[in-house]
Amino acid sequence: MGPLGISGEIGEAAVTALRLLWSADPELLAIVALSLEVSLAATALAAMLGLPLGALLALARFPGRGALVLLVNAGMGLPPVVVGLLVYLLLSRSGPLGDHGLLFTPTAMVIAQTILVTPIVAALARQAVTDLLEDYREHLASLGLRPLAAVPVLLVDARYRLATACLAGFGRAAAEVGAILIVGGNIRGHTRTMTTAIALETSKGALEQALALGFVLILVVLAVNLAAAGLQRMARRIEG
Amino acid sequence: MIGRLAAAPGPEPAPLLPLEVEGLVVELGGKRLLDGLSFTLRPRRCTLILGPNGAGKSLLLRVLHGLVPPSRGRLRWAEPDPARRRLAQAFVFQKPVLLRRSVRGDLTVALAARGVLRRERRARIAEALALVGLEGFEGRAARSLSGGEQQRLALARAWALRPQLLLLDEPTASLDPAATRMVEAIVRDLAGRGVTIVMSTHDLGQARRLAEDVLFLHAGRLVEASEAAAFFARPSSREAGAFLAGELLA
Ligand SMILES: Nc1ncnc2c1ncn2[C@@H]1O[C@H](COP(=O)(O)OP(=O)(O)O)[C@@H](O)[C@H]1O
Ligand SMILES: [Mg+2]
Repeated sequence: MGPLGISGEIGEAAVTALRLLWSADPELLAIVALSLEVSLAATALAAMLGLPLGALLALARFPGRGALVLLVNAGMGLPPVVVGLLVYLLLSRSGPLGDHGLLFTPTAMVIAQTILVTPIVAALARQAVTDLLEDYREHLASLGLRPLAAVPVLLVDARYRLATACLAGFGRAAAEVGAILIVGGNIRGHTRTMTTAIALETSKGALEQALALGFVLILVVLAVNLAAAGLQRMARRIEG
Repeated sequence: MIGRLAAAPGPEPAPLLPLEVEGLVVELGGKRLLDGLSFTLRPRRCTLILGPNGAGKSLLLRVLHGLVPPSRGRLRWAEPDPARRRLAQAFVFQKPVLLRRSVRGDLTVALAARGVLRRERRARIAEALALVGLEGFEGRAARSLSGGEQQRLALARAWALRPQLLLLDEPTASLDPAATRMVEAIVRDLAGRGVTIVMSTHDLGQARRLAEDVLFLHAGRLVEASEAAAFFARPSSREAGAFLAGELLA
């Protein structure tokens, strides 16, 4: 096939993709919805675990804290496929959590993405609270507030950076394919998400749906970046 | 508990001052940074700590505020309870530390931390902002203010805590002359209200304008401690003489 052929094919696929989007194709919408649900749920769980963990690592001194900081920082770069593999082993029939029948369900995908996102949220939250504490330490001491009593002050004042940490986590989850492909299995109508569909449809040559989902995914990523930029502008107004 | 007591109306709080400092030594990282300081801080005086950069002015203020412990020597305060001593003081840093919130939010955190009751806070905030000429700034983001406004806000916050002793670390070091004049006027105003002032500066003109007492530090040693008039008229040490003559001291 010549270059013209390829671009012609891509052009046709793009037209079909737009038509799918325009007609709000139910299967497409279901895939988009599941992707957002899984990544939002994972981000919410990661926020519940990662924000307190980050604050704790910034404020408390306990044995093993340094090792935990290293672990969390290293966890930011966890390869999704490895996380997927570990969760797979955990949830597979012969694994320790095999009895719950979670493998190849959206729940399994949420678990895998939560593991991916929690270190990101925790590490960014720790850095945010550490920087703030550095700035406020003497003022808080002057007021007679110990670091732990100052936790509410620090968390409120770090609000924009904490929200940005959650956004970064969501961005990572939404764009991730390796982990949810392994533990979700890309089952049509059940665990198929934008990224897993794109990966498999493309390899099968079904470009229309892949492209349509690609558009949506890019829109999601754009929205995340816009939200982050908006947060940063608000933060600059407040933080001077 | 202590905060409640301090905030409650009623009898005058126990006096914090005078303070007698005897043989104060501070060593950090194996270096002797304050070397055997002895002096007395009298109540209701305006004391300026003078000296070149690196003399130990900021460090001395931090020791007085309890932020840095002495390595040796004694600080004998009239108030025996350390927690009450902290409550009777406020500190204004060279670079104002302002929270990432509104002016009202910043002041509220300080008042709440010191145990000032909720119903009393609004009046304290309004009165403190009026004192420094920041009426109507309650809703502004504290850190969006200009440098001079930020330092005046820091002064308002300090005054809102009703300190007996106000410690100021070069509060005008990065301000222009107009903003400096405003800060000096506020300091004079607070001194007039009976607040004991201890303020560091390397600005001789400022010391002449404000000081009643002078502590002159050089290389971690207290070279002179005297009344301002005497210090400026007849400095008794070579270092102070050179400093007053405008020579550069290492
Ligand atoms: N926490 C610290 N650890 C080590 N050295 C310090 C510390 N704080 C201040 N110093 C040193 O003490 C000396 C006096 O500092 P400082 O009190 O800031 O001087 P000044 O305020 O008079 O300019 C300086 O040499 C400074 O480097
Ligand atoms: Mg200094």
